[in-house]
Order: sequence, then C-alpha cells, then structure tokens
Amino acid sequence: MAPRVGVVVFPGTNCELDAAYALEHAGAEAVTLFHADTDLRGVDGVVVPGGFAHGDYLRTGAIARFSPMMASVAGFAAAGGPVVGICNGFQVLCEAGLLPGALQKNAGLKFICRTVDLRVETTTTALTNALEVGATLRIPINHFEGNYTCGPETLARLRDEDRIVVRYVDNPNGSIDSIAGVCNEGRNVVGLMPHPERAIESVLGSADGAGMIASIVEAAGAGVAR
Amino acid sequence: MARYEARIEVTHLPGILDPQGVTVERALPALGYTNVTHVKIGKSIRLEVEASDEGTARAQVEEMCERLLANPVIEAYEIHLAEFAG
Repeated sequence: MAPRVGVVVFPGTNCELDAAYALEHAGAEAVTLFHADTDLRGVDGVVVPGGFAHGDYLRTGAIARFSPMMASVAGFAAAGGPVVGICNGFQVLCEAGLLPGALQKNAGLKFICRTVDLRVETTTTALTNALEVGATLRIPINHFEGNYTCGPETLARLRDEDRIVVRYVDNPNGSIDSIAGVCNEGRNVVGLMPHPERAIESVLGSADGAGMIASIVEAAGAGVAR
Repeated sequence: MARYEARIEVTHLPGILDPQGVTVERALPALGYTNVTHVKIGKSIRLEVEASDEGTARAQVEEMCERLLANPVIEAYEIHLAEFAG
C-alpha cells in the first residue's frame, strides 16, 4: 500500500498541488489537510508546502502556527512522524517551535527566484535518507524571507548534533552558516527554503529534487511498516 | 474596568542581523547624511485592552508578545502602557 502523505493547506498556500504531484510521482498517496481541521486522516507523513499562509501578516508563519491542524501536526511530530516544511512551510515550523531559529528578510532585501546549488550535509533525516552526504543538488529557491538566523548557542548545537541538513554552495540570502535546511533533535522534522518539489523531472530544468521527495515517501513508508 | 492603550515596539535582538536597518544605513549617506550610524528598523503595534488594573493589562500584553506579537527567537519588545483617557 502506498504511504499516505498529508499536504497542509492554509489560506494563502500556493504550492500544495506541486507538492501533491511530486509526492504521487514518487509513489505516495497525497492527502489534503485543511488548516481548520484537526483530523490527520491517517497519514504516515506530512508536508507543509510553500506559499504565503495568512498573507504572511505580522511575520511569515506567525498566524498559521495557531491553526487547529498545526496542533495535530505538532502531536504527530512529537510521536516521531515525518514532517517536512518547504519554504513558507519551513517558516511555519520555525514559528511553531518544531524547528529552531527563524527566517527573516534576505540580506540585500531582494526577492530571489533562481535555481541554486545545495550541498547535502547529513542523510539521517526524513528529507535526505535516500541521498548521499556531499551530493550537490540543483534546486530552485523562491523567497523574500529565507535568511535563516539563530542565536550562537543554537548554531553550535545544530553543528554539533549534525542537524544542518542542507547548505547553499553559494549563499544567496545571507543565511547564517549558509544554512538552507535544518532538522529537529529527532531528525523526523525537517525544514528547508528551496523547493525540491519543483525539480523532480528534467523537463522542469532539474530532477535533483526527486531524491528529497523520495526520502519523504520513504520515511512515511517506514512509518507504515512500524 | 479601565481601558489601556499599549504601544509595543518590536526590534531585532542584539546580534541578530537587521537587513532593513543595514540597507537604510547604507542609503542615508547618499543623501548627504554621513553622520548616521546604528539604524534599526522594527515594528510598532498599538492596541487597546480592557483590564481591572495596569498590572493585569501589562501581564496580558506581555503574554501576547511572547506568544504572537514578537518572535522571541530573533526579536525583543518594549511595552508602553497608558490608561486610555478617551
């Protein structure tokens, strides 16, 4: 049976169909999780996709984190379920306290939309289990507030515990230590600013994101087996 | 019950980069203001709250800041509270 992966939709989310398409392309069954609901519909994994949840008002992700569905996602994450936040989804997971740090306006104050090189730093996460350390992936970024930041103690912990999941090869937005994605202590919650779901077929310009999507499906599938 | 007006200033924590402040600081010398440093850009939030006394109002606004109005990971906040005269 194909693993069921939920895709959370807030008002203002706009990458849910791309995420669902990519997940189904990788063999999962994609299930829409509406922000106002609490039922996780029996999913084995959750993707919080990109967009502008609640208009990004106040701060990106600040309102979305209080959605009824996010309480369910937090419970699912605490139980070890794989949860991946992409772009705005990463911002939501940071605001929700499921991931450390925060994302602020890009250094240079420009919206950046281009394909960049990412280096895979660790493979024991829900996003990278099908990849190899040191692999370089061509993945698009599309954000104004992707400048990852955290305090020095948090940064030291992330480094010591091998929780920096992907780094930019050429830092585009001022992120501390070129961080493009991080994971939680349990390594089942991962957030990243780049959009792997937009790079799963060569006709899209790169198929390098396919391994990340496959990793999510793999992590969800492991949950099925459990 | 009394009404209080809260003015909340949200700024970056020391040590956290403020990209808007940095950019504006670089722009000011172009207009001839070469003597400006330490530009910081934050948010100003105003709200009215009804409470039995000032301490209760302040505690509530503080809680709002911790939970929603500011992100304690990167932001500091300052609350100015005044009894609403109107």
